[in-house]
Amino acid sequence: MIAVQQPVPLPDALQVPSNAPEHCPGTQSELAGKADACAGCPNQDVCASGATRAPDPAVPLVRERMATVKHKILVLSGKGGVGKSTFTAQLGWAFAADEDAQTGIMDVDICGPSIPTILGIASEQVHSSSSGWSPVYVQDNLGVMSVGFMLPSSKDAVMWRGPKKNGLISQFLKDVDWGNLDYLIVDTPPGTSDEHLSIVSYLKESGIDGAVLITTPQEVALQDVRREIDFCRKVGIRVLGLVENMSGFVCPNCKNESQIFKPSTGGGRRLAEDMKVPFLGAVPLDPRIGKSADYGISFLDEYPDSPATTAYLDIIDKIKEQLEN
Amino acid sequence: MASTADTPVARRLQHVKHIIIVCSGKGGVGKSSISAQLALSLRSSSPTAKIGILDVDLTGPSIPRMLGLDGHPVHQSSDGWVPVYADGSEARLACMSVGFLLKKKEDSVVWRGPKKNAMIRQFLSDVRWGELDYLVIDTPPGTSDEHISLMEHMAPVASHLSAVIVTTPQAVALLDAMKCLSFTRAVSLPVLGLIENMSGYVCPCCGEISNIFSTGGGQEMARREGLKFLGSLPVDSDLVTLLDAAEISFELLRQYQQTSTAPLFAKIAEEIVRTLSDKET
Repeated sequence: MIAVQQPVPLPDALQVPSNAPEHCPGTQSELAGKADACAGCPNQDVCASGATRAPDPAVPLVRERMATVKHKILVLSGKGGVGKSTFTAQLGWAFAADEDAQTGIMDVDICGPSIPTILGIASEQVHSSSSGWSPVYVQDNLGVMSVGFMLPSSKDAVMWRGPKKNGLISQFLKDVDWGNLDYLIVDTPPGTSDEHLSIVSYLKESGIDGAVLITTPQEVALQDVRREIDFCRKVGIRVLGLVENMSGFVCPNCKNESQIFKPSTGGGRRLAEDMKVPFLGAVPLDPRIGKSADYGISFLDEYPDSPATTAYLDIIDKIKEQLEN
Repeated sequence: MASTADTPVARRLQHVKHIIIVCSGKGGVGKSSISAQLALSLRSSSPTAKIGILDVDLTGPSIPRMLGLDGHPVHQSSDGWVPVYADGSEARLACMSVGFLLKKKEDSVVWRGPKKNAMIRQFLSDVRWGELDYLVIDTPPGTSDEHISLMEHMAPVASHLSAVIVTTPQAVALLDAMKCLSFTRAVSLPVLGLIENMSGYVCPCCGEISNIFSTGGGQEMARREGLKFLGSLPVDSDLVTLLDAAEISFELLRQYQQTSTAPLFAKIAEEIVRTLSDKET
């Protein structure tokens, strides 16, 4: 009936100009500047000349910068508010608990950066030096980069269309002085759009170790995770595994467990089986997790006896194991 | 006023009295569930009210599932795409989402801005909404392509537009809600008010209220920013289950009235109806 009924061709990950016509074949395409849709496009001449088919000049710079990063992990979810940023922060803290390991966290959620708040560094700013932008350090071996450090006020909305977001992501990858890293964890916004395509295309040459998918137990969230797995398969990223967050809630009063977000279709475990991806574990809902995030403190360190901490640590061990393989 | 501009979107939407954009900044705070509830409550606010609900969350559409319409196809007519009606032959609750256009529900929609922009334009200009009292628009998280496109395309009907901001009580969500509010101010979109969702959870076994995502933050923000506070809604697992179930068809309308959230939401809807009708006069 309409375009979406056809299998969606993966748009070329490098940028489509903001003023492009809607059926723009992509500036990297063989058809660039020659397709029917190109008639009347202000960029037609540039595209037709072939200049746009040259590789993005940022790619070799990114490769150079990423050469000193051992493992690159994406945290993805499809749906929003399932705990990507919280998980990313816990993962960062857990990796950095090993004093010999250098960890970096990169927040590519440009319209809603939460990482600075969750890590308790919301008021920090990025400094630039001769070797690039310095990440903000939570502790000696945990560096962070987020658009949140660059806004004059936390109230400011970043109203950017795709190409501008793409530009900032490439800068995060090529201009930030990450140094030698054992782990680089990339926190993403919900969905499967510009940010995801950009990060995947820029890191393609340097290689991404894999993606950790986060979900909550209800079907509405699982639907989005299926789409995210489909996305990973389309762009050839290995799925390290699926984490079910907010799984069950223990009432602090009567200690009985109830399911706030009922797994009406079998939850994350069943989804992982169906889609043949590893299931990493389920983290129960503990109100103290959200509170720790608001205050910017490490939940794992603060509440080592919570069942959620045990669950997190198990999951992190499994991720480490996956990375070794 | 620009309302005389004659674009396909303006022609199509001139018969829609009020357009309510539900936005939040942060994901997973319940935009889609609030949008669905708003549509249901507005529908029951009057026996003749005609409601439309448009899901512009292109890469994560949840509205079809929530209204029990998973897998329904969209038909083409000489006068444009026919929306899917959640209440069958009564045809008072029209629904459109990219979810109806996907072949398989696990297909991902991996689109960059220009394609999203085109799809949104089509939703606004090519769907045969007919005459509507309210069109509720559910948006994705953030303040990016979808939001900018919506505002651009609907500029000719700007006088019909207003927004509802949804947040949860914790600081991280309020921060994003603030950004969303800055967005509405930047594009001069009037805000009807703020809803605080997931404010406390009632233990089904002992009745103890736990503030899983803290509480009161939304009310505080509304006061500080001079917004109307429309109300707070607790986490209602019956509602989650209801909106999550696959086969409900228009039983949903009746079942929704039985959840503990429905009466709370009816008040919010009433307030919205009142504000909008004040605006009209």
